[in-house]
Amino acid sequence: MSQVAEAATAAGEEASYDGLRLRGVTKTYPNGFTAVRDLDLDVPRGSFIALLGPSGCGKTTTLRMVAGLETPSSGAITLAGNDITYAKPYKRPVNTVFQNYALFPHLDIFENVAFGLKRRKVKDVDAQVRQMLDLVELDSQARKRPTQLSGGQQQRVALARALINRPEVLLLDEPLGALDLKLRRAMQIEIKRIQVEVGLTFVHVTHDQEEAMTMADTVAVMNAGVIEQLGAPAELYENPRSTFVANFLGQSNLIEGTVVSRGSDTTSVDMHGIGVSVPAARTHTDGDKGWIGIRPEKVLIGEEGEALDAPGNTIPGGVVTDVSFNGVSTQYLVRMPWGQELQVFAQNTGRTRMFRTGDRVELSWRPEYAFLLDFSQDASAGSQRDDD
Amino acid sequence: MRWIREHLVLLLGLLVLLYTFVPIFVVVLMSFNDPDSRNVYRFDGFTLDNWTNFCGAEGMCSSLVRSIEIGLLSTLVATILGTLMAFALVRHDFAGRSATNLLIFLPMAAPEIVLGSSLLALFVASGFAGQLGFWTILIAHIMFCLSFVVVTVRARLAGMNDTLEQAAMDLYATPAQTFWRVTFPLVFPGILGAALLSFSLSFDDFIVTNLNAGTTTTFPMYVWGANQRGVPMQVNAVGTLMFIVSVAIVVVGELNNRRRRAALT
Amino acid sequence: MAEMTRRRGRVGYLLIIPAIAWLVVFFVVPFYSLLATSLYDPAGSDFRGYEMTYHLSNYWDAISEFKGPLGRSLLYGAIATLLCLVLGYVLAYAIAFKAGRWKNLMLVLVIAPFFTSFLLRTLSWKLILADDGPVVSVLQFVHLLGDDGRLLATPVAVVAGLTYNFLPFMVLPLFASLDKIDHRLVEASSDLYGNPVVSFFKVTWPLSLPGVVSGTLLTFIPAVGDYINQGLLGSPNQRMIGSVIQSQFVDANNYPSAAALSMILMVLIVVMVLVYVRRAGTEELL
Repeated sequence: MSQVAEAATAAGEEASYDGLRLRGVTKTYPNGFTAVRDLDLDVPRGSFIALLGPSGCGKTTTLRMVAGLETPSSGAITLAGNDITYAKPYKRPVNTVFQNYALFPHLDIFENVAFGLKRRKVKDVDAQVRQMLDLVELDSQARKRPTQLSGGQQQRVALARALINRPEVLLLDEPLGALDLKLRRAMQIEIKRIQVEVGLTFVHVTHDQEEAMTMADTVAVMNAGVIEQLGAPAELYENPRSTFVANFLGQSNLIEGTVVSRGSDTTSVDMHGIGVSVPAARTHTDGDKGWIGIRPEKVLIGEEGEALDAPGNTIPGGVVTDVSFNGVSTQYLVRMPWGQELQVFAQNTGRTRMFRTGDRVELSWRPEYAFLLDFSQDASAGSQRDDD
Repeated sequence: MRWIREHLVLLLGLLVLLYTFVPIFVVVLMSFNDPDSRNVYRFDGFTLDNWTNFCGAEGMCSSLVRSIEIGLLSTLVATILGTLMAFALVRHDFAGRSATNLLIFLPMAAPEIVLGSSLLALFVASGFAGQLGFWTILIAHIMFCLSFVVVTVRARLAGMNDTLEQAAMDLYATPAQTFWRVTFPLVFPGILGAALLSFSLSFDDFIVTNLNAGTTTTFPMYVWGANQRGVPMQVNAVGTLMFIVSVAIVVVGELNNRRRRAALT
Repeated sequence: MAEMTRRRGRVGYLLIIPAIAWLVVFFVVPFYSLLATSLYDPAGSDFRGYEMTYHLSNYWDAISEFKGPLGRSLLYGAIATLLCLVLGYVLAYAIAFKAGRWKNLMLVLVIAPFFTSFLLRTLSWKLILADDGPVVSVLQFVHLLGDDGRLLATPVAVVAGLTYNFLPFMVLPLFASLDKIDHRLVEASSDLYGNPVVSFFKVTWPLSLPGVVSGTLLTFIPAVGDYINQGLLGSPNQRMIGSVIQSQFVDANNYPSAAALSMILMVLIVVMVLVYVRRAGTEELL
């Protein structure tokens, strides 16, 4: 069973779960391709969850199954205890903000936003629409057509059109993809603010890990149809459980190591002749070998023999092979004695000097930042270095 | 001189375009013609009689009425059937898709004389040889207009992203509501264009009609027959009117299109 | 890109059945009737009825009696198509490459004249090409035409009429093809030392071939069967196969012969099209 289902059973929750629940959801297409595999997910009411992953990982398919625009091949989806697995989209209390907004071009903004209310034969449409347009700051544009608005404005209309129906769950399918960087950042904050204000459950699909970590309370990292890891952004980032997550969120150095001994607090690992230790809580493998993971920004770089600020794992014998000055930080590539190049991000605080290509250096890190991953996993999974 | 060299192709193109309009000028001109003799087709003098005495030429107005009747009816049927088929081709999956595409393409490519001959052969073989007329013409027109309607509507429909319909359903619209409130308004310009095309094809048809008309006369048949007897100038008034009406429709359509096209991008 | 999810199920079939039924009954079945009629015993009549005797000699008789009009139609059609190609290519090229923001307007102008009656426009050429008309006068002046030369009632007028009437059928497919060509390809050719003529023959022309094939087919096929131009502008002795078929049906009441001629025409066209398309190398025309 997945970690989600385990957690739920452990907590003793029953079938009348108050949020959105997916159990064993699978989607296989007629051509044999399986987009989503046996997915379990609990989304508490009022929370903001992000489904994060590369294109093709199944996140959008999952979203569409919740919306009712795709039907699961097997599994169940329940919302506040009601089974909506096979319900038609127009019968679900779920609304979607589409990737390209899907605003009706032949209707003006007012009619677009009012669309859902009118289909549900709600009274007093005018007042509600006005209020919603106010919320997204578009009340002056009410009578314009979608194409007369900018991308950012269209995005807000799409949001308003969905929100006004006060759905149990609001689904967002990469809604910020078409916006430029600055606008995207602004909208991320805006959407989060609205979510907190209205208190609805938001499910946000994105391939942008920064976006997911900024906006969501919980992030589900998806890969090839399954959830690799689910948790708060910081938890996922600092303590990844698979090479995919380690590489997809930020960047990681993954170094081959052989497990020497396992204690109750720490695991000792032989890393190319150097002894390093990894906390037991951050050891995610039972095998004889493992990938020692350490984030580049946690690695300290210093001159050979220099006393570094990190009593712990010290690795001598590195040679700087590349230096990139990025303003905020300097990124080094350091070739270690065993041939691997490690990435080091050193913040330009002004306290340490900048190294040059060819300098001999010593690296170190505090053991509590390291993690140990299953050696059978691909060390380049999730690194997105290939052209997709 | 250099300006001419640089714009040579454009000038030549415009010349060709002008060439296509020359007969139109003649038609308009001749609608004001006062002929000396019935048999010589030449501009002899100016008169407004052809316009004031529009139906003066015997048989012309009745043939015009016939053509309009057949045109409207065939347009109605062809547009409905063709639109249904276009929806099926674009939105639905079914066996025999390529055979269907071929079946639609062939009537457009076949020579009219062959189309007309085979229909006549069918009518005769079925025992309707004595009943050639309005209905046989109508059947023929619907047949060849169908393909054009399908192709036109299909092009419009294929360019429409079905995300809009998904959005409508997401916003509580039932399939029927989705169709009438989202799909239909967006396809409508295509359907209208197809209908106009269908009408002009039907109105202007001669070869197929001539073979299957029996004693009925449509406007093109009237002109053909009049060629032997001497063409009354009122036909040019009809031609001028046709030109003005179609230009007007195109202009209105283009203005409307501009507004809609902006809305779709 | 429009993402289409095609639905399976019965609705699709229901939607197409009326149209398919109409086309099958009134397009496909008639061909069988035509075939059957062409094999009837010519001794019958549409009044007394025909007897099916698999009279294959109908075909031979038809060819030998009417090979003149048949050959003439094919010849005039071919010449007209060629002329259409030249004129049409110039116009299509001008609209695709040189028209700028007038592109749509020019396209409309190409089609606009053809909303008036086919017959009336052809009738107008009777005036323009008349013996005492402007065209003949100019041609006589530059001695391209003898002093008592004429255009009407000659093949020249017929071909001119055919060319005029079928020009849009050539221009539109050509334009569609030319419009798709990325201008940057021509620029690349220029960058690689090709002058405008070279760029045209090495880049533009080959890429426009699908349009050329569509256009020539859409022009040639109807042109061969047309007899209106000949009827209004040509001489009565120079008949086209279309008018022969028409009169065999309606005037001579010789249904088998007429049907045989129609079949011959159709087969000829189909064969020519297949050969042409295979040689041109573009199989998909739709």
